Amino acid sequence: MAEPMGFYTDTTVCIGCKACEVACKEWNQLPSTNGGLNTLSGDSYDNTRRLDGIHWRHVKFIEQFTDDRKDGRWLLMSDVCKHCVNAPCLEVCPTGAIIRTEFDTVVIQSDTCNGCRDCIAACPFGVIEVNPASGTAQKCTLCYDRLQGGMEPACSKACPTQSIQFGTIRDLRNRAQKRVEQLHQTGEKRAYLYGADEKMLGGLNSFYLLVDKPEVYGLPPDPKMPTRNLKSGSWFSVFGALAVGLMGIINFRNRGAGEHDQEERR
Amino acid sequence: MNTVPSSTYFSAPPEWGWLIVFYFFFGGLAGGTYFLAVLIDLFGRAEDRPLARLGYYIAFPCVVLSGLLLTLDLGRPLRLWHMLIESNTWRPMFKLWSPMSVGSWALLIFGIFSLISFLGALVEDDRLEWPAGRRVRPPGVLSGLIGVIGGLFGFYVAGYTGVLLAVTNRPIWSDTPLLGMLFVVSAASISAALMILLAQRSRWTMPGVLALHRMDAWVVALEFVVLIAVMISLGPVFRAWLSAWGLLLFFGVIVVGMLLPLWLYWRKQSGDLNLTTEAALVLVGGFILRLVIVFSAQGV
Ligand code: SF4
Ligand code: SF4
Repeated sequence: MAEPMGFYTDTTVCIGCKACEVACKEWNQLPSTNGGLNTLSGDSYDNTRRLDGIHWRHVKFIEQFTDDRKDGRWLLMSDVCKHCVNAPCLEVCPTGAIIRTEFDTVVIQSDTCNGCRDCIAACPFGVIEVNPASGTAQKCTLCYDRLQGGMEPACSKACPTQSIQFGTIRDLRNRAQKRVEQLHQTGEKRAYLYGADEKMLGGLNSFYLLVDKPEVYGLPPDPKMPTRNLKSGSWFSVFGALAVGLMGIINFRNRGAGEHDQEERR
Repeated sequence: MNTVPSSTYFSAPPEWGWLIVFYFFFGGLAGGTYFLAVLIDLFGRAEDRPLARLGYYIAFPCVVLSGLLLTLDLGRPLRLWHMLIESNTWRPMFKLWSPMSVGSWALLIFGIFSLISFLGALVEDDRLEWPAGRRVRPPGVLSGLIGVIGGLFGFYVAGYTGVLLAVTNRPIWSDTPLLGMLFVVSAASISAALMILLAQRSRWTMPGVLALHRMDAWVVALEFVVLIAVMISLGPVFRAWLSAWGLLLFFGVIVVGMLLPLWLYWRKQSGDLNLTTEAALVLVGGFILRLVIVFSAQGV
């Protein structure tokens, strides 16, 4: 296996230009919404709203202003699949369509997926949705085809501010750590890394530098694996079946005197 | 957005809609009626056997319908077989830790068992000429074996859907480990109700119907307890049901589907009308239960 590859996204330098969104759509030949007839989202400069089957990159605009708008800041973040090391989507997929590649990224094989949508419910980040053109679940592939050809992904290539950086995970983590220290030194004490170590789903191969709580960016503070409920859920079901079975046996075995009384009354 | 009750609030809804609600209902009926029929075969008396056959007559059509609903719900229905066979290697596809994967196999195997029992019931009723079919019906080792294995798969089909919902990251579904248990118990209650309803329509008066009726009251009471446990186990996520869905859950499921039938049962008025009303109410409640659970978690 090649070295694990991924994205490091420094949200503090994102300018919200959406070059990544456009580059992604171009390379992956994803259609526009409503055939290009877009409606305003009413949510700042956002017009694609969320990640889905035809939006594999999505720039979030979070406005934090005081009521009189004298003070405030923008939080901008280019969202994408996190390529989780322990990927919830991959874990549940019943067709084996979701695979881990030689670059340690997570890819949905569209010719295998049958559109059952289990992965959509499993991804803690709301990344996957069905692409209406294919009827299958789709998301960022971390440009698997470009990686195989020795190129970097389209979005990071297009990003004019280096907010999205591509490289080996080891390298990216070093770079990100240095950036956090630099920000702390210059007074931005809120800067921290999200998903850059094994604690979160074994590590996010697309991790983030943030300056506010994850929830503010629409990210789960504590994402978990779906199978956390598998054992307990199964055991409780077995107890349920045992209880029902017992009720059945008691009622069909010992038909007490009461029953016969009732029968006679009938 | 700054404070959410659970980290599950950032996932996306899979858009499982009416087809899945109906699947959960008919899948529950298929597994539940088979499970009850096996119980009656194994522990009931010989004169109750028509009631067991009724269970098998319901189970098979319901499992066929379930398969159909599931297939129609896929984005690519013709790729249904990808759940069972790896499409690029032709090897069997099986993931022990994915309820949807195990469930696909379980549905297939249960389908085969319910077909065998369905045919066996037809033979016993003299509606089908198939000499070997007699051996499928009790007494006998073979019939017992088929019943026990088929019944276990029936239980799985009735309950795995709840576990499947729990093995995701959606609010409500994955915030409690009890949905599988709730679905199992509810499958038993709606299945007993449907069997009572159909037995009454055929004017059967065998004592088994009364036993089934009494059992159903017990099961509905248990279901009530489990539903309350589900609500408690949700913790702060219970907030999601402080909505129209919660109202529907309270009136449609708890009042109409549980308390009312239990009250009717305890009034102990015998007579056909009463059994029918209770059974119908339990069925309605069981349907609304699945509807609320499927849709309420997707609106969050
Ligand atoms: S972010 Fe979601 S879609 Fe991406 S690998 Fe993780 S679970 Fe899968
Ligand atoms: S929708 Fe496709 S990729 Fe997602 S779980 Fe189902 S088969 Fe797998």
